[in-house]
Amino acid sequence: MHEFVEAFRFIAHNGAVAGEPNLPSLAHLALETLKVGAIGVAISIVIAVPVGVVLGHLHRGSFLAINLGNVGRALPSLVILAIGDAFLGLGLTVVELALVILAVPPIVTNAYYAIEGVDPDFVDAARGMGMSEREVLFRVELPLSVPGIFAGIRTAAVFVISTTTIASLAGFSGSLGDIIANETSYHFSGVLGAAICVALLALAVEAALTIVQYFLTPRGVRYAGREGGSIAQATAAATA
Amino acid sequence: MSASPQLAAAGPVIPHYGTQSSQCVVHNHLFCWDWVEGNWSSVLWPALRQHVYLAVVAVSIGFVLSIALALLARRWRWTEQPTILITTFLYTIPSLALFELLVAPVGANIYAAEIALVSYTLLILFRNILTGLRDVPPDVLDAAEGMGMTRTQQLLRIEFPLALPGIIAGLRIAVVTTIALATIVYTIYDAGLGVPIHSALGEGPFKTELIAAAVLTIGLAIFADGMLVLIQRALTPWARARRAG
Repeated sequence: MHEFVEAFRFIAHNGAVAGEPNLPSLAHLALETLKVGAIGVAISIVIAVPVGVVLGHLHRGSFLAINLGNVGRALPSLVILAIGDAFLGLGLTVVELALVILAVPPIVTNAYYAIEGVDPDFVDAARGMGMSEREVLFRVELPLSVPGIFAGIRTAAVFVISTTTIASLAGFSGSLGDIIANETSYHFSGVLGAAICVALLALAVEAALTIVQYFLTPRGVRYAGREGGSIAQATAAATA
Repeated sequence: MSASPQLAAAGPVIPHYGTQSSQCVVHNHLFCWDWVEGNWSSVLWPALRQHVYLAVVAVSIGFVLSIALALLARRWRWTEQPTILITTFLYTIPSLALFELLVAPVGANIYAAEIALVSYTLLILFRNILTGLRDVPPDVLDAAEGMGMTRTQQLLRIEFPLALPGIIAGLRIAVVTTIALATIVYTIYDAGLGVPIHSALGEGPFKTELIAAAVLTIGLAIFADGMLVLIQRALTPWARARRAG
């Protein structure tokens, strides 16, 4: 357990290592990780939520939604990053591209099943009340789907943080993974300290998104339960 | 680490691969079959075999643990929430970090690798097994009880078979995810397809090893997924009969 004491000392000193004055601070790398990750998640949301929502609303494209999710899982982040590095050179653009490739499938799949799974009785009732297609989507289906859509975004955010750190293994510089990939400079205590920070960062992001989800979910839906079943929903689909 | 591609490019462009550097390798074509043939038995095949081993062991242990946890959650309902909380927590920790976190108490060995891989399968498998068992219609269970089946008989002969599609759906996700995650194992333990991917990253412009290892990794995941679909078809003949009827 001595290693953990050293690791926490490393964290307490904000990533300073004796004899290595030019290393970036831990806080700086943590912020960089968040920044790189946030850009990736934001782009993925802009691309994936509308696709999933529209397909779910039309009850079309279940084949795409299921298989996109499955293909996404089969792609190891290290492989995508290494290929990006080999053919395009690993800059921020390529890392973001890799993040988007990994984050889009879970968001599309979950958004699709969230919207598609809205009780048809509600949709019929809304139409019977004279709502237009647009109103049905924005005032009935979307509010009811917030937990499901967020389950996908949370899964994607965790993938993204994980991949941002793995990018350092492929030679990208500018995330907490830099420390894990550079045991020579940071020693094992630094690597362990960075690993603790990465884990805490992922848990913090998940918690923050859960809070955002809570406030975006209409009160009636909140109490109805259905705690974000991203995986349960995706699997239910794969069964069908 | 980050400097290695540049270093490789500054040196001789083509790293020499023993005695059998072919024309294709010397001229650095995009993909050299003869390199793959020459290095199959020394590099790629061992890596692939280790990769399969890592994944099979992890998913098997994860599967047994998840069945135990699901049965526990069914008997004592209060255990469900803590199990979900802990497995979600484990699932949230990024892989690179979890591997390093395990090195401190366990050491940089296969045990640390397997513990990390197992911990990523639990959430998926537990949820699917439990949902599968819960979705068995109560009428069916009543009928089984009426026929005089014991609890164990009901579980083995009614509930598990009926929950099978859900369980296999969970296994498919767990297997594919584990195969992808096992590429990171090389950071703590020298095994799996991450090893050739890692060495390819240091080879600068030579791309054959990277392409070969990447194709093997993704191909393995697709193959394993396909096998599980076939197993599900074979084990649930009634589903096919229903679809046909």
